[in-house]
Amino acid sequence: MPPLLEMRGVTKRYPGVLALDSVSFDLAGGEVHCLVGENGAGKSTLMKILSGAEGKDAGEIRVDGKPLNISSPAEAQAAGISIIYQDFKLVPALTVAENIFLGHEPRRGRAPFVDRKRMRELSKQVLAQLDEPIDVDVPVESLTTAQRQIVEIARVVSHRARIVAMDEPSAPLTENELKKLFEVIRVLRGEGVGVIYISHRLEEIFEIGDRVTVLRDGKVINTCNIHEADKRSLIRWMVGRELESEFPTVGLTRGEEILRVESLSRGSSVQNVAFTLYRAEVFGLAGLVGAGRSELARLIFGADKKDGGKMFLSGKEISPQSPREAIDLGIGLLTEDRNRYGLIMQMSVKENISLSNLTALLRGLFVDKKKEREVASQYVDLLSIKTPSMSQRVEFLSGGNRQKVVLARWLFTKSKLLIFDEPTAGIDVGVKYEIYNIIKQLASEGIGVVVISSQLPELLGICSRIGVMCEGKLVGVLSQREATQERVMTLATGGTLEQPTPR
Amino acid sequence: MKGRLKKYVDLALRNYGIAIAFVVEVLIFSQLSEYFFTTDNILNITLQISIIAIIAVGMTFVILTAGIDLSVGAVVAFTGIITTSVLKIPAPLAAAFPLALVAGLVVGAISGAIAGLFVTRFNITPFIVTLALMTIWRGAGYMYTDGRPIWGLPDEFSFLGSGRVFSLPVPTLLMVFVYVVAYAILTQTTFGRHVYAVGGNKEAARLAGINTNSVIMRVYIICGTLSALSGILLASRVNSGQPNAGLSYELDVIAAVVIGGTSLFGGRGTIVGTFIGAMLIGVLRNGLNLMNVGSYVQSVVLGVVILLAVLLDQWRKG
Repeated sequence: MPPLLEMRGVTKRYPGVLALDSVSFDLAGGEVHCLVGENGAGKSTLMKILSGAEGKDAGEIRVDGKPLNISSPAEAQAAGISIIYQDFKLVPALTVAENIFLGHEPRRGRAPFVDRKRMRELSKQVLAQLDEPIDVDVPVESLTTAQRQIVEIARVVSHRARIVAMDEPSAPLTENELKKLFEVIRVLRGEGVGVIYISHRLEEIFEIGDRVTVLRDGKVINTCNIHEADKRSLIRWMVGRELESEFPTVGLTRGEEILRVESLSRGSSVQNVAFTLYRAEVFGLAGLVGAGRSELARLIFGADKKDGGKMFLSGKEISPQSPREAIDLGIGLLTEDRNRYGLIMQMSVKENISLSNLTALLRGLFVDKKKEREVASQYVDLLSIKTPSMSQRVEFLSGGNRQKVVLARWLFTKSKLLIFDEPTAGIDVGVKYEIYNIIKQLASEGIGVVVISSQLPELLGICSRIGVMCEGKLVGVLSQREATQERVMTLATGGTLEQPTPR
Repeated sequence: MKGRLKKYVDLALRNYGIAIAFVVEVLIFSQLSEYFFTTDNILNITLQISIIAIIAVGMTFVILTAGIDLSVGAVVAFTGIITTSVLKIPAPLAAAFPLALVAGLVVGAISGAIAGLFVTRFNITPFIVTLALMTIWRGAGYMYTDGRPIWGLPDEFSFLGSGRVFSLPVPTLLMVFVYVVAYAILTQTTFGRHVYAVGGNKEAARLAGINTNSVIMRVYIICGTLSALSGILLASRVNSGQPNAGLSYELDVIAAVVIGGTSLFGGRGTIVGTFIGAMLIGVLRNGLNLMNVGSYVQSVVLGVVILLAVLLDQWRKG
């Protein structure tokens, strides 16, 4: 029996790049086939070709053994192929049912009127099939990210898709929501649907995958059953070399106090938080999404107003009323979602680096552009940012390099305290290691570093101490020695540890 | 060789599309009319377009922050009325003249400040705020004048709109001055950089330490003040305060900015582009006039040019 989907010798050339070099990939019904690789390895291009969004230069695609010429998304859909992208293609103001049946609404007979009753019934059926009781009459904009994802999957199911590709579906999800997603994927698999699962998080692949294919530089490096691979070998295939270890080890000894926070509060999102950050340590903040970590960071950075509490920077009380004031005090925030909150995409590398400290470049009334270029190139060298020039627009840089540009901005403002919010989200394995190194380096140079991350192994790997937040409260602080994945999760989900933990 | 030529043509069109279109336009009209490419006519074109072109500078600032200002035409009329009525105060000209100018400019600035206030503090979309201001100022102008123009101004006043310095029209000189200053501000100062940053990504700009509200406030004040300057120039040219002056100027101004390649979504655009956009419209009007093409047809042609400009811009980005 031929496999459900077979892609053979697929080649795609963009000006100057061979994005896909004779890639072969197959998928059986009732299988979860994971696709991993660094950014730019060709995963997205392969999916775009499968979905009909892009044409291929060579190769063939077969479904059920029959060659298929996909030249538009509509044709792919007709062939039972659906892709769920990172940014969902839902219409926020329409209801769940309307979204699920968007574009193929059930009609009343042949008249051009939507049969709303049947649409609602069918939507409920689909959601019940996925074991997800979401109200089909509420607008999608009122749903959580996780629920929206389920709606997206329901839409795919309503199309009777047999091949479903998911591009980084786990990125915005909490642990619990991820479990739910996996359950839904297992339901699909049980019904004979073939699932292509793309993720940067290798742990997930071992949990949900049946097989895995590794892409690097547009080529298939390996395809194997999941139990034939381990994390180490996957990383080796992805980056093409052995990483010494996942996390750098630098011995850090605690110095004098940099930041002290006392009973800091804002509404229900941050309640009575108190902690102290010492020189030369990396302080981690763990917790589920919505636990108040980013909100805490925004309070310290002056982006939101606090209701109460005190902050001390190097022993002096501070109360920044705006990001500008915080920056002038020497605080920098590397926001979560750097594309939306961190960078001005259509501005160049040098302009993004200088943005917060233009006054330092003033000569009279005007910005000294020569000096700006020099400063930028200094940081580009220091952080080894890969960019063809200082005038390159940041929208053309990769995720890791964008992150480094934001970091360069804060280094140029001479920050004394840096808060990293999800610093490695969407960043390649190789560059992640570089970022960890930079973080350690900064800490050892005396900059106070706070790292917020939903990746527990990352926090356990690089932090000297980890504060755990749950529902707006800081529920515990664990030293690197005390911290384990289980302990942090226990605290993060509202549990208590058997032994009391010292602050 | 042919491939390389194509590459250069491609590059030129992508980077200097509007400029090339402008040159082609000038070449065509100079073939069609002998009078077109004379010093007199060229100065005439700059004089005719100067009023629109000066407002277009303010509009460029506003649109760069992803805003819009629909009130500019009404501000032209209202500030013209303010300035001319102050001039009618029975006082020595040496006192009334500067007072009248300052009054007009201040009223324009206040209008901008009101717009900025509603946009920043109350978070209302610029389109609505300035639409409201447009009808308010237009109506206020009619109310104040009872719909009748203000005549009987001192002859000296007409110097601003009709006078010449070194045989160059005063509005042309003012226009050049405004463009040079605006160019320097947008490309060389921190404020200029902040304008682009706010238009590119407001929240990211705020988190980078930029006082976004102050930036937005200032662009509307700049736009209001420059509209007032144009209002004064226009009043001076017709030597009266006309309540129906500047009707639908906002459309011409936005057209100039858009033809010049500034994105309505903010963050992209240049002052040089706006200058070429305004000149392109000025040349088009003038050339068609020389060829005795009526204003109805001119309107259609201008519309087509706007569409072509936007297409060119789209293709440039794509």
